[in-house]
Amino acid sequence: MTPGSPADRPSRVNGAALRRTGLLVAGAAFVLWAVASLTFFAIRLIPGDPAQAILGGPGSQASQEALDQVRRDYGLDQPLLVQYLAMLGRLVTGDLGTSYALKLPVADLLGAQLGGTLLLATLALALAWLLALGLAIWSTGRGRVASALGEGIEITSAALPHFWLAAVLIAVFSTGLGWLPPVATGTPSGLVLPVVTLAVPLAGFLAQVMRESLLDTMQQPFVVSARARGESALGVRLRHTIRHAALPAISLSGWALGWLLSGAVVVETIFAMPGLGRTLLQAVTLRDIPVVTGVVLLVALVYVLMTVLTDVVSRIADPRLRQEGAR
Amino acid sequence: MTDAGEPVLDVASLRVAFGGAEVVRGVDLMILPGECVAIVGESGSGKSVTARALLGMAGPDSRTSSERLVVAGQELGAASERTWRDVRGARAGLILQDALVSLDPLRPVGREIEDPLRIHRRMSAAERRARMLQLLADVGMPDPELAAGRRSGELSGGLRQRALIASAIALDPPLLIADEPTTALDVTVQARILALIAGIRERGTGVLLISHDLAVVGRLADRVLVMRDGEIIEQGTARKVLEDPSERYTKALIAAVPADSPRGARLSSSESGIGAAPGAAPLATSARTPPSADAAALLAIDHVTKTFPVPGGRFTAVDDVSLSLRRGETLGLVGESGSGKTTVARLALALTPPDHGAVFLDGQEWSTIDERRRRPARHRIGAIYQDPLSSFDPRWSVRRILADAADRGRRDAPAFALRELLDQVGLAASVADRRPLTLSGGQRQRVSIARALAASPDVLICDEPVSALDVTIQAQILDLLDELQRERGLALLFISHDLGVVRHMADRVAVMRAGRIVESGDAERVFVRPEHSYTAQLVADAPRLGI
Repeated sequence: MTPGSPADRPSRVNGAALRRTGLLVAGAAFVLWAVASLTFFAIRLIPGDPAQAILGGPGSQASQEALDQVRRDYGLDQPLLVQYLAMLGRLVTGDLGTSYALKLPVADLLGAQLGGTLLLATLALALAWLLALGLAIWSTGRGRVASALGEGIEITSAALPHFWLAAVLIAVFSTGLGWLPPVATGTPSGLVLPVVTLAVPLAGFLAQVMRESLLDTMQQPFVVSARARGESALGVRLRHTIRHAALPAISLSGWALGWLLSGAVVVETIFAMPGLGRTLLQAVTLRDIPVVTGVVLLVALVYVLMTVLTDVVSRIADPRLRQEGAR
Repeated sequence: MTDAGEPVLDVASLRVAFGGAEVVRGVDLMILPGECVAIVGESGSGKSVTARALLGMAGPDSRTSSERLVVAGQELGAASERTWRDVRGARAGLILQDALVSLDPLRPVGREIEDPLRIHRRMSAAERRARMLQLLADVGMPDPELAAGRRSGELSGGLRQRALIASAIALDPPLLIADEPTTALDVTVQARILALIAGIRERGTGVLLISHDLAVVGRLADRVLVMRDGEIIEQGTARKVLEDPSERYTKALIAAVPADSPRGARLSSSESGIGAAPGAAPLATSARTPPSADAAALLAIDHVTKTFPVPGGRFTAVDDVSLSLRRGETLGLVGESGSGKTTVARLALALTPPDHGAVFLDGQEWSTIDERRRRPARHRIGAIYQDPLSSFDPRWSVRRILADAADRGRRDAPAFALRELLDQVGLAASVADRRPLTLSGGQRQRVSIARALAASPDVLICDEPVSALDVTIQAQILDLLDELQRERGLALLFISHDLGVVRHMADRVAVMRAGRIVESGDAERVFVRPEHSYTAQLVADAPRLGI
């Protein structure tokens, strides 16, 4: 331990926290810039003419004058670099542009869709955590059969593709049993199947990680100490091992939410839900560059925010990190 | 509470088996209130399993049976898990080795100490907290309020061991089981923890002490049981067993303790065959010739200072330290953990550059030159560490580990003689194709020594080389180092917190405290007539055999 008078401690911690926050913001800005640039150039690799897209797609039979007019209006006749810088300039001022296809501001469009997708992803993440924790706790320390069964369930669910799982769930619970609607109806019951579809594969994956660290933690001497105080098997899990086991899963959750957003593309399409995923799919098909850029930037922003959030949660769950952070 | 006279532990014919292998084979044990009974033996003798079986915690794959198992008046022969839980913590407490990992690193120690109160008693949160603070004060924790909110990683080794003891005695159990309670601690801290356990025993608690350290046992125990291969092979009063043992195994255990054996005397007895590696070459027992005092220094550390950045300044790990080491000489470096011993080793190996001062190897600049120029001479200085396992690539065979060390960075490397190398460190040739994980602790340290020798060094830096080993294995490794030094004229920088080991090994000794050398000189002189008060304190606190 290094000596440090308690009086000068808070200022030092604040200084470190400030530096960390600064680094975070700079890092986030860098990520967003990189994503915007990549998207800008990558989208030009899709065959087709943006001017055509603006005028209603390849089937619209627009006249040459109309195309030229559109190119001038949207700055598409400028050199690529000028277009790129113009886009960056707009982004910096917070202007995401106007959708080519819908002629609506991208910000409004995304704002309307974000809520639904975030709700879907968050519910799926929460359900995945519940399932994973339950499975991990149930299948450890119960002998070989439970362990093998748990492992089997984890691997199988982690390997399930969303589109297949969605189809099966619809076949069983909508077509077969008739309990739940096959498409999102905007009601809570309409959310159940999409959320389950997204959550199950993630739960399998998280449970694998949790069980691994749970088994590792159960070998630790402090578990022996706890049991020697008379703690029950459940008490040991609740008070000691779960927290250790959750640490790697928490770090993974930031990544998991991003993964869920991309999973949402498939799930929203299958269940005909309005949301970011479906908007993105349509925008790519229509070559609606501002919308694609907007969605990608938004997802990147969510990733960045989730990374910060998992960092904060990790620090709450593992006080040792706070200590290191202050150094 | 038990009446005085009624045993707190009464076990007859305790057996524990894992699969088909029986590791505890019919142990009888009785402890009276206020009595301390010790079980000694090497690792793998079954002593820890015995301790856990007494709490019904031998393990999920184990089978435990006994003719009689009574803890504090309760028969537990066929107890359910539910009954066992009522016993654990309330009738019997357990202290394990290292509180850093024996207390949950994510929880404040206060919560860990309150746990047994919460589990076994109906108490309000305020009552629990008051009792917890009282307990911390009882075990001599300075500032209990502050300590209660700390996690084990934020406390020093001695303080967290105190917290662990507080959690074990929270309900004042009639029986306290201490499994290697002081093994990871420095001698001065060890002495205080032993005094604390002795105080708990004074209050009428029966103590079962499990230890491989005979000196610790000698300080605390009334009766000693010697365990080997799951059986008690000798027992009696501590004085009788430690001073006049009747079994050959016990004699060998005691002879292996280095503290009182003179420099150059053999510690391991090859006749007894305890733990000896198959095919171990018999070591010669020629007399030592002490190195001549006027020989030039092979390794010279000249007024070296090393600091590390910490919040609000720099921490001086090594402060103006000068040491010199001649051919064929052993220099012992002793001190408590955190005193800067390992930093000195890293400086000597030029793994870290000094802030001030310089290190010289055979008269040449060593610490100040470019790594590119240093590399050709790296083979002249080798190192062995406390934990060899983590310094091996687990996927490599012993053959590959040694071959890699033999030719690394040298064009004129001598033809690699694996056989001779293994032979020299007393390993059978068959070890060559095994991986480190499958070897025993002693064998691993032999491989680590062979690896250091493969490049034919002149200087060997030994950083706590035997701290993780059983006393008999430790004796063999010390004998081996002694022998190799005689054969090759090696210069050894021998770093240890164990004064007994250093006294046995070193020609000269330097005592380190808080980064400074407080005293140095001829080993016998330093240990017999220490000049510095800190050295005197260390020598006084070091547990020794005999009562």
